[in-house]
Parts: sequence; C-alpha cells; structure tokens
Amino acid sequence: MHEGGNELMESLVSRAGLWFVALLLAIFMFANAVDTGFAIHMAVFGLAALAGLVISLTKSNYKVLATSGAPPPDQSRYDDDLVRSGVILTTFWGCVGFLVGLYIALQLAFPALNLGLEYTTFGRLRPLHTSAVIFAFGGTALITTSFYIVQRTCRARLALPGLARFVFWGYQLFIVLAATGYLLGVTQSKEYAEPEWYVDLWLTLVWVAYLAVFVLTIMKRKEPHIYVANWFFLSFIITVALLHLVNNATVPVSLFGSKSYPVWAGVQGALVQWWYGHNAVGFFLTAGFLAMMYYFVPKQAERPVYSYRLSILHFWSLIFLYIWAGPHHLHYTALPDWAQTLGMVFSVMLWMPSWGGMINGLMTLNGAWDKVRTDPIIRMMVLSLAFYGMSTFEGPMMSIKSVNSLSHYTDWTIGHVHSGALGWNGMITFAALYYLTPRLWNRTRMYSQRMINWHFWLATLGIVFYASAMWVTGIMEGLMWREYGADGYLVNSFAETVAAKFPMYLLRAFGGVLYLSGALIMAFNVWQTIAGNLRQEQPLRQAAYDPNADRPLVAAPAE
Amino acid sequence: MSSETIKEPYAGHKTIEKNVALLGVLAFGAVIVGGVVEIAPLFWIDNTIEKVAGVRPYTPLEQAGRDIYVREGCYACHSQMIRPFRDEVERYGHYSLAAESMYDHPFQWGSKRTGPDLARVGLKYSDEWHVQHLKNPQSVVPESVMPQYAFLADRDLKGSDPSADLTALSRVGVPYTKTDIEKAAEDLKIQADPMADATDLQKRYPKAQVRDFDGNPDRLTEMDALVAYLQVLGTMVDTTSAAAQEELSKVKGR
Repeated sequence: MHEGGNELMESLVSRAGLWFVALLLAIFMFANAVDTGFAIHMAVFGLAALAGLVISLTKSNYKVLATSGAPPPDQSRYDDDLVRSGVILTTFWGCVGFLVGLYIALQLAFPALNLGLEYTTFGRLRPLHTSAVIFAFGGTALITTSFYIVQRTCRARLALPGLARFVFWGYQLFIVLAATGYLLGVTQSKEYAEPEWYVDLWLTLVWVAYLAVFVLTIMKRKEPHIYVANWFFLSFIITVALLHLVNNATVPVSLFGSKSYPVWAGVQGALVQWWYGHNAVGFFLTAGFLAMMYYFVPKQAERPVYSYRLSILHFWSLIFLYIWAGPHHLHYTALPDWAQTLGMVFSVMLWMPSWGGMINGLMTLNGAWDKVRTDPIIRMMVLSLAFYGMSTFEGPMMSIKSVNSLSHYTDWTIGHVHSGALGWNGMITFAALYYLTPRLWNRTRMYSQRMINWHFWLATLGIVFYASAMWVTGIMEGLMWREYGADGYLVNSFAETVAAKFPMYLLRAFGGVLYLSGALIMAFNVWQTIAGNLRQEQPLRQAAYDPNADRPLVAAPAE
Repeated sequence: MSSETIKEPYAGHKTIEKNVALLGVLAFGAVIVGGVVEIAPLFWIDNTIEKVAGVRPYTPLEQAGRDIYVREGCYACHSQMIRPFRDEVERYGHYSLAAESMYDHPFQWGSKRTGPDLARVGLKYSDEWHVQHLKNPQSVVPESVMPQYAFLADRDLKGSDPSADLTALSRVGVPYTKTDIEKAAEDLKIQADPMADATDLQKRYPKAQVRDFDGNPDRLTEMDALVAYLQVLGTMVDTTSAAAQEELSKVKGR
C-alpha cells in the first residue's frame, strides 16, 4: 500500500470513528432523556449519525485504498454536487415555507383551522413558517449559492470537500431539528432564535465548519482579488456566528432535557434579542442576498457591476451601520431613551448604504435594459432590487419614533417584512435558481420560459395583494387603538379591531395563494428541467419586422 | 496624461481585497462597535432598571405557567410591554417598567398585538373567565381569532423537576434562596391547593395568590399553572394607589 492509500485509510477510519462516537452519544442521551421532545431529537440525531457512518463506510473505494492512493479529484472541474442538492432543497423548502405561511394566514381569518390540537396552533406554526422561509429556504439558498459563487469567483475547487458536505447536510439536520421542535413545543420563544440549546450548539458547529470551508476556498483562489460577492458572504458568515453565540447564551435545566433558561433577562434580554433579530435581517437576509445579487445580476445581464467605488462604500457603511439599528424594534418600551434614539438615528442613516446596493444592482443593467422585455429572469432581478429599495426606504421610515408609535405591534410590520422577504429575498432566489438549474444539469435552457413569466406575474401580484392588505390593516388597527370619541373615551374595544381586519386577512391570504402557486410552477419547471425535458413553446417575444416602422421619427410642424 | 499621475481612488482597498484574513478582521471590527456601544452600558448604567418595590421572582407554579406560555409561543400574538401613551395606559394600565421584567428569562415583551397586551392582565378577569377563554376563546369573545387550548386542562403539570428549574434560573441570576429551591416541588402544590397552609410560601413570595386556579381541585394541571402566571402579570408593583402613583412619578429611568 502506498502512502496516499495509508493516509486515506486513516482519514476513513477517523471519520467513521467520529460518526460512531456521535451515534453512541445520541443513544446515551436518548436513553437518559427527561422529556419527549429531547428523546425524539436524540433519535433524529442518532439516525443522522448512523447515516453519516454508513455513508463514510460505503462511499469509500476500497479497491483503490488497497492498491494505491485514490486519484485526487479533478481540480479543473468545480465541485457542484452540493449545489445541485441545494437547488432542489431550496425549491422544496420554499414551497413548504410558503404553504405554512398561507395556512397560518388563514388561521388568523378562520381560527377553527387551529384544529384544537396542540401541534397545529398558530403559536407553534408561526415559528415554523418564519424559520422555514428564513433559515430553510433562505439559508439553504445562501449556502448553495455561496458554494457555487465562491468557486467561480476564485476559480478554485471547493476546499475541504468532506467538511463542505458536513456543512450542507448538517445545516439540513438543523432545519429538521428546529422545525420538529416547534411542533413539539421545544422553543425558547425568542423571535427568530427559537431553537433550544442543543440545536444551537449543533448550528454553531456547522457554522464554524462553514466559515472554514469558505475562507479556505478563498485562500485557494487563482484570482488576485476577492470578488465583492465574497466580501458580503464573509461578513454574513462572521456576523451571524457572533449574533448566534451572544443571543443564544443559555443555561440548560438538564443536560438530558430540552428546556433551558436564557442568560439575558428583561431589558438587556430585549436589546440583545433585537440586536440579533435586526441583524438576522441585516446579515442573513441582506448581506448574504446582496452577495447573490452581486454575482447573478451581472452574469445574467452580461454586464460588469456598475460601480466598484460604490460597492466599497456601501459594503463598509452597510455592515457598520446595520448593527446599530436593533433598538428601533423597542421604541417607547422600557428600553432607555438614549438607546432608542441611537437606534433610530442609525436606522435612518442605513437608508443610504441600502440604496447604494440597489443602485449598484439596477445600474448594472445599463446597456441591457432591453432584456427586461425579453428575459423574465432579468425581470425578476429588477423587481427584486426594486423591492429591496422600497423596503429599505420603508424600514427607516418606520424606525422614526413618531411613525413607529403607530406602526408598532400592528400588521404594518408584517407587511413591511413581507415586501422585503417575498419581494427582495424571494425574487432574487428564484432568479438564482432559474440561472443555476440549466447550468448545473447541462441543459440549454429552463424547461419553459413562459412558466418563468407566469411565476413572475403571480409572485408580483401576490406581493401587491399581501403588502397593500397589510398596510391598510396595520394603519387601520393602529388608528383604531388610539381613537378617542368626543366624550373623551376610547372608541374601540380590542375585539372590534380584530373583527375589522377580517376582509384584509382574506385579501392577504389570496396574495399568499398567488405567491405559492408561482413557487409551485417553479418547482415543476425545475423538476422538468432536471428530467431533461424542453417544453415546445412560442418564444416570449416575436414582433414581426415592419420595414415601414424602421425609420427615424421626424418632428412635424404644427398645422 | 499617464495613469501614474492620478492616484487611483480606493487604491488602499486593494490590499484588503487581496487578504482574506484582513478582510475578515476588519469586517468583524466594523460589526462589533455598534453592539458594544449600545448593549454593554445597559449592564452598568444604574437607572436602566428603576428601583421599585414589589418585584419578586416567580413562584414555582407561576414559573411553570410561564414555561407553558413560552412553550406555546404566546409571544407571537401577545405583547407584554405597555407603551407610555394615553390610549395604551387607559386600555391596559400603567406603562411597563423595566424592573417588572427583570426576572423574565427569556423576556416576553413581544412585537405584535394580534391579541391584546398582557403585561397587566393579572387580576383583571376571574380564574373562571381565563379557563373558559383558554378552552374556547370564541365562547367569551366571539371576534377572537385565538387558538383553543383545551388540552391544557386535561394534562397534569409534570414537566421538569421544579427544583431543577429554579436552580437553572438562579444560575442566570434570579435571586432564589436555598429554601426556595429545596421547597420548590412542595410550593408548586401548595399554591394550587386552597386547603394547604401557605404562610411560609407567602412569606417568601409576597402577595402570592393561593387557590385552585382551574376549577378542578382534584388535579394539578397545566391550566392551573398558566392561569396562576396570567393572574400575577403586572400585579407585583402597585401602580394604582395614590401613594404609589406619586412614588412612580419620581422614578428615574429610561
């Protein structure tokens, strides 16, 4: 046996050994579990470890091991296995997240849909929806695209391929643990940071591995410069690690139970939470997705990024300013005034770097604007940037204390996050999926261009219904809560404000139906493309040539 | 004009763009500042949490109820933070003080009022109302969109060991005494049992309400615990008496 074979054998043994230890640990924890949720989760962990063990034992080529060193992977090809899995899973999680969203929207209109079961109450399904769209759909999209983009922009194969697989599938395990936990009532009830302590620990492990894979791939690069998309990805990975660790500091009641008590309480707990919560938006949903934008928009438009200077300026100002904005979630609460005001001022300033990103994206289309007419993917990108611009204007506006006094606690906030999430994050991800699918499976194009167009319009109309219904609801209920009659008494009971929202809740759910249908059409389109089918269809544009129209316009003098 | 005579803008940035360690460190530096400046002072500026009388740690039963409140994700629709506006103060009561949530791990201020604020819901409704409302909200508030929580009444309050809960809470800074922790399991039962002697409990937890909360004295259910928690919300600090109002108007905070 050659030396290479020896090393491989050793790494195989140690890898299988690690999975085996993980399996034993899961069995031990399962046997001692003090609550059902924890027992179920340890069983899931155990199954995952078993899968890891089986894969590491069966996937190895023993013949190669026995004779000589295995051939090193072909360094002239990109490592896209995970990206392919990621495209499928992003599509899947998107549909799941939107479906749960639609269901809980209907629950708010028809409470009977809570079904009287503990597992299907709004309180348990709502975190399932938010985590499914942010962490499952968004997170998988981010990991997938970052693995694709970092290889292309560095012109290097993914570093540490084994660890990269751990990152990808470990993150999927995190999603499964988090989601099942919510249904079982395993939650910290900290918004967007609901998973319990052991799930948080697992995510920490995955995230550190993610950082290692990403940074080492950048270090392998054959390009002198680190491309702007990777600045955003890097700051996203680093900052999310910091936020996650500080906000989830917690003391478990038992090492064999799911329950824990967070270290932070009351006013400090609130600010730590919203420092986390707002920057989950800032770094997960903004910096990470801007990285996607910085790669896919220039690629699809076949134009260079509009301004290098603007990217530098808006990158540094964005990441510096975002972190300060958290207190605007706590206006007029028991948080000290100085912190509220500081948060408001920085939130308003944040408008500028946000629009820097939007301008840089939109202006990249200079010289390619005709493609908005012919290319539905470009159209999605433009709409996504437009929604990014709108919600990053609306955000600073809502963070002004006097506006916030009306909007806080109302559905206006829900409308705001959805114009950002459905418009910006959703649309840019759909565009990325449409860009990636034919390239990853070597197809000439997507199965159907017309279906992309349908998806575009369904999603756009869905957002319009959603956001406008929530604006009306939010402002209406905010005004109803504070309405005084001539007699000096409050006019509305709380129950009356709930009843008044019913028609708008139906309209919102209708918007959700449109958005979900668009996503289902995309899922079908992606599936058919992977299957290798091409839909025979009329091209989207075919204006016949008219020689009479092909002449300059000359101003005619008035008669 | 040769290109050397003009200094290329952002030339210095090239160094950062070629060094991933430098880029990472600088990005970390940029994001750490805001958090440190905003969050750290909250731990040492004295008037962040007002000094008011009455705030005490939750009894084991109230804490068990709070754990159910957390488990069910009530924060998704109910805030526990009254803002200092005329309409809110009139609708819900005196605006919330930072001190009132100082033992809340985790805080449950919430961000959305699909249902009303609960910061001062304690003692506003009877236990019977709460039980009926939790079992079937629409039977008492027809317009309500709240889910039905009838299953709470059918389930014994088991969960984790109350002493272990209090131990974990004391580790994160809630001032439970040794006695509190030792007697946690006992306290839990006594508070929901009108026949038991609760003098010791009420000495350690002033103003603790002792009675059967869920209308079924034979069983200690999750409903008992949740109603006990709801009934203590906002009642620890006296905000209604004239003397208290005068006192509160002098409180420095915010």
